[in-house]
Amino acid sequence: MHVPDGFLDARTLVATAAAASVGFGLALRAVRRHLPPRRVPLIGLTAAFVFAAQMLNFPVAAGTSGHLIGAALATVLLGPAAAVVAMTAVLLLQSLMFADGGITALGANVLNLAVIAPLVAHGVYRVVRSAAGVGPQGTLLAAGVAAWCSTLAAALACAAQLAASGVVAWGTVLAAMGGVHMVIGLGEAVITMLIVAVVMRARPELVMPAEPARATARGRTLAYGAALAIGSMVLVAPFASPWPDGLEHVAERFGFASRALAGQPAPLADYTVAPLLDASPWLATVIAGGIGALVAFAVAWFVARALAAPGRAGARH
Amino acid sequence: MLRDRLLSPYQHGSSAVHRLPAGTKLLAAVACAVLIVLLPRSAWWAHAAVAGGLVAVAAVSRADLRGMLLRLLLLEPFVLGIALLALLRPGGVPLFLSMLTKSTLCLATMVLLTATTRFSDLLAVLWRIRVPALLVTTLALMHRYLFVLVEEMERMQRARRSRTFVAGRSSAWRNSAQVAGQLFVRTSERAERVYLAMCARGWKA
Repeated sequence: MHVPDGFLDARTLVATAAAASVGFGLALRAVRRHLPPRRVPLIGLTAAFVFAAQMLNFPVAAGTSGHLIGAALATVLLGPAAAVVAMTAVLLLQSLMFADGGITALGANVLNLAVIAPLVAHGVYRVVRSAAGVGPQGTLLAAGVAAWCSTLAAALACAAQLAASGVVAWGTVLAAMGGVHMVIGLGEAVITMLIVAVVMRARPELVMPAEPARATARGRTLAYGAALAIGSMVLVAPFASPWPDGLEHVAERFGFASRALAGQPAPLADYTVAPLLDASPWLATVIAGGIGALVAFAVAWFVARALAAPGRAGARH
Repeated sequence: MLRDRLLSPYQHGSSAVHRLPAGTKLLAAVACAVLIVLLPRSAWWAHAAVAGGLVAVAAVSRADLRGMLLRLLLLEPFVLGIALLALLRPGGVPLFLSMLTKSTLCLATMVLLTATTRFSDLLAVLWRIRVPALLVTTLALMHRYLFVLVEEMERMQRARRSRTFVAGRSSAWRNSAQVAGQLFVRTSERAERVYLAMCARGWKA
């Protein structure tokens, strides 16, 4: 999901860089205020751990394999603010040392994978955990659902940036990225739950330690507010899709879109992913998103139950 | 062999490019990437000129060309994957070609930077231009322990492999997760020791 250089236009680059610096700055302030110095080295080592864990292969089918993204895992293990700092370090090092992920697109990548993903993961994790109970099963379920949601949110943010740069049409890119990452998110959810289960069994106190004592009421409201805002933005983005397309269409008809080509038909390819999409793209998006979320929740629930079952834990060692 | 080459992009040398200050090189690389991104899509000659410049710098640096090309090829699929999305829109072929060119040129710029500049030198630049200390500390620790953790992970995987005869898909997932989970447990214990060592040497947050 790393955006390379050369895909986003100048406007999007500046906007995402500004948003990423604000998000990163707030996280940095929160870490400075609330994190005990004892845990500062853990941020750097967890960043290295996420990088190493991303190298592990999880075979899918026919020789292909997936790997971890790690934003939700870092959030569960470190807490949201420290996770933002750790994931930013991961992206910076990947860009400056391995040329993986563009240097001009760094702002966009940090925004998607190091700010939006951990914040969404944190919001979902808290909400699901408080609803499902604090036991191992509730924690695992919350981690799984958080991983799925954060993957999807980062993918949709990435899609929105690509669409805003005029690389692809809104309808196409949102449907493509959203659909693919609903599946990838399932893998991320299962991997995250498996790893959290191992850590919880060996050192239960490492999973989101010292959290309630430090969180002030204001900080909690802020975290909820940010997660809610980003979540609703992600949900609303598809609804906005007919509008920019309409605008593009108008622009092309009047001939002031530089990329307009001769004999350009109406962008009908955008909404033919499913027959339903022709009738009502809004409804179709909501239904597809709802079904995806239900499947993800069901998978997370079954895996959490299997992993938290007392018999299994003993049997494996 | 391949892994070692991939994990250490820097190739030591004593050419003029290697001897340039890291800050200059970083600034030049960022400026070059920004220039490539901002070039108008129809200006083919300008893209060609940038490509020529990059080849010239690579030649002067006398860095391992095969290694750089390998890295470029390995990163190219990600570029191609996103560029393919542009083909979905009507008349997207020129857009596709233009983005592919821009991305590849930017990638080449960054690969050249990483091949001729030590990451620790770049870290020193970040420290000098007042990037927040916490981020630089995090990056430095990450860079220091990245290879330690990767090697620890490989030891654990080797131990696992030598004990597992049949590996189905589900057990492969569980084994990888087991390795990752244990790696984090060991990482957090290492972080405690690192903290004590840092304190003993007078570190303050």
